[in-house]
Amino acid sequence: MAAEYGHIALLIALAFACVQSIVPLIGAQTNREWLMQYARPMALGQAVFLIVSFAALSYCFVVDDFSVAYVAHNSNSLLPTIFKFSAVWGAHEGSLLLWVLMLGLWGAAVAMFSRTLPLEMVARVLAVMGMVGVGFILFTVFTSNPFDRSLPSIPTDGADLNPLLQDFGLIVHPPTLYMGYVGFSVAFAFAIAALLGGRLDAAWARWSRPWTTAAWVFLTLGIALGSWWAYYELGWGGWWFWDPVENASLMPWLVGTALIHSLAVTEKRGVFKSWTVLLAIFAFSLSLLGTFLVRSGVLTSVHSFAADPERGVFILVLLGLCVGGSLTLYAFKAPTVSSAGKFKLLSRESFLLANNALLIVATLTILLGTLYPLIVDFISQEKLSVGSAWFNTMFVPLAAALTSLAGIGAMSRWKTMSGKLLIAQIAGSVMLAIFVAAVFPLVYAGEMNFKVAIGLFVATLLIAITFRDVWVKSKGQFRRLFKLTMSYWGMVFAHLGVAIMVIGVTVVSNFSVETALKMSPGETATLSGYDFKFAQAGTRQGPNYIADVGVFEVSQQGELVATLHAEKRRYKVKGSMMTEAAIDAGLFRDIYISMGEPLADGAWAMRLQVKAYMRWVWLGALFMSFGGLLAILDKRYRMRVKHA
Amino acid sequence: MNRILLFIPLIMFIVMAAFLGGGIGRENKDVLPSPLIDKPFPQFILQQVEAEKQLTQSDLQGKPMLVNVWATWCPTCKAEHQFLNTLAAQGVRIIGINYKDDEDEAKVWLRDLGNPYEFNISDPKGKLGLELGVYGAPETFFVDGDGIIRAKHVGDLNQRVWQKYKGIFEQMKNHVEANVSEASSSIEGSK
Repeated sequence: MAAEYGHIALLIALAFACVQSIVPLIGAQTNREWLMQYARPMALGQAVFLIVSFAALSYCFVVDDFSVAYVAHNSNSLLPTIFKFSAVWGAHEGSLLLWVLMLGLWGAAVAMFSRTLPLEMVARVLAVMGMVGVGFILFTVFTSNPFDRSLPSIPTDGADLNPLLQDFGLIVHPPTLYMGYVGFSVAFAFAIAALLGGRLDAAWARWSRPWTTAAWVFLTLGIALGSWWAYYELGWGGWWFWDPVENASLMPWLVGTALIHSLAVTEKRGVFKSWTVLLAIFAFSLSLLGTFLVRSGVLTSVHSFAADPERGVFILVLLGLCVGGSLTLYAFKAPTVSSAGKFKLLSRESFLLANNALLIVATLTILLGTLYPLIVDFISQEKLSVGSAWFNTMFVPLAAALTSLAGIGAMSRWKTMSGKLLIAQIAGSVMLAIFVAAVFPLVYAGEMNFKVAIGLFVATLLIAITFRDVWVKSKGQFRRLFKLTMSYWGMVFAHLGVAIMVIGVTVVSNFSVETALKMSPGETATLSGYDFKFAQAGTRQGPNYIADVGVFEVSQQGELVATLHAEKRRYKVKGSMMTEAAIDAGLFRDIYISMGEPLADGAWAMRLQVKAYMRWVWLGALFMSFGGLLAILDKRYRMRVKHA
Repeated sequence: MNRILLFIPLIMFIVMAAFLGGGIGRENKDVLPSPLIDKPFPQFILQQVEAEKQLTQSDLQGKPMLVNVWATWCPTCKAEHQFLNTLAAQGVRIIGINYKDDEDEAKVWLRDLGNPYEFNISDPKGKLGLELGVYGAPETFFVDGDGIIRAKHVGDLNQRVWQKYKGIFEQMKNHVEANVSEASSSIEGSK
């Protein structure tokens, strides 16, 4: 019965969403308070029933109810219980339900934490979120119902979860990523509400900021988790592939980053209003586009769920209504008056504008690269895909420019400032950056590497200027550090995170070494100063797989560094093979061993890698997320806003 | 600022949506018409994978069947295999064409993953595949009891896809049964 309860709960949530999207909006447009009062309870009710629905599906998985088609396709009685939970979002139907649940939770959060907002605003925001909810619940119910039963022929056991997904990373990666994707619906709803109500002012920007930052934090963590998962689970040590689905998550992240900066300008200086609204619409539209690309099968990718044209059409219609509708509203209602605040060429406004321009160009570059195969197919009927070389060539210079400007922008002043003063302030940092950029490659690798030098230069520049700015703002006194605002500290951490990530990406891409070779037990190979001894080969029985295990003793100058177990697993139900890489993680290097194919006489094809500064990539993401968290906690956002 | 400028994002989106919409139809290869529909299965003389036996198109007659083109080098085939096993268990007759493959690997595959096929036609050079217009694997042909191709599916068979083709398959089956009952009733009549 659980499946039926879940289905009914989903339909009740749909009913709540319908009321939520219509009644408060009518109230707001006709200024009837009792109608606007509907918004909050409806949003909470929708969330409760979505939770019930999701719990019901989880229950079906835990009790192995294989009469539910979705469970039968994605689970198996042998599957460990923890993976039965994560199998809920292991395929299309369930992950869509998760998407809808997240939307409901964000709606409920807005309903609960919006006491300081005018009721009219809350009503409009929740109505817009309700509309998105209606669209996606309908999509779930009509094209992808996870509660469908496969009666009367009930399979005796399930087809098992894709082994790639039987992993901790996949328990946490999709929910975090979805929280980010869906979280932009809040910023979107605020933007649409402001357009509808005709009040695009500093107050609107201030209300949007914490929500946007929260979504951005989740998205940052989600993308980083995905990268980390790919790194250790796919077995070849790659951490970013410019795969269409990765791109689909990076694009809203870039636009979201632009939005965070643009909102700051709109709040503080009252300029860029129309632009900020457009970014809010873009950020969510790109989230929807990401959903579309994954679900419709128009682009093939390692992430693709079973391609289904029917779903593709449905999502495209949803995308059309949502994005087309909001852009039409934008075209008619966005303010055309040029903004009140004036600023000079050299000012913080200009730097933030440059930040936005670079981020948007980067986004468009990725969008073009991702959709290019479609366009070519359309024009010349050829099938091709755009390789990572193109993305790297386009993206890396933009990222370098962005990083080098971030520090300077953050320390510059609003409206206008003296160029001479600016040069004097950053001169020391520039010198330091040049020194580090020149020395690091020589010391680390014994040779000059131009790419590494540039990466190190921009990152060191950002770090040095950021530290200098903290020093200046606290007047060099320790206790004054605590007087600085949380928003400011948020920015400091986020910018340091960017610098750390830039260093990580640069070093790991240029100074990592790897080798592929044939090894028999007892043999030793040397790579980058480490001796890899293939100590022994054996087999191991897992809960639902059998593994060939290779035990390695890694030592440096005769001293044992780590004993590592690399595995080649064979999952029983689907018969698929998986490589479990053995990794010894370190702050300055990762040792990465993956087993390839078995060869004759007990020998194996092995792949040994020493990846320099790998952890810095994700450490940077953690810093950024922490920065975002600090910014949200700024008490400014919790004060009641004076009515404008 | 001119209001016209504010329409630019909308126009850009409409152009992009048009491409995306075009992409949906295009990628939908399984509705691509095959010139072989309603034509007899092409002639061939090839070896069986499992045994030293020569097979021809006349072996593809009698009961309606699925003719599934597969290979061990094709990951999608692996994904599909489990579902074929399920179908075979439900009594669906499936015949395999082992396409451009290593015969020994194919035997290992069938031993390890189960064999849903009544028999497998070995097509190492891909000659039969060429005749059938195969441009990838897996592909599945729906062949009726008279050896006539009635439908073709490109890509893997799964529960969802099967729902679409079930009707066609049932029709092919009923057609045979109708013939049989017609024949038997005429026998009844002649008594």
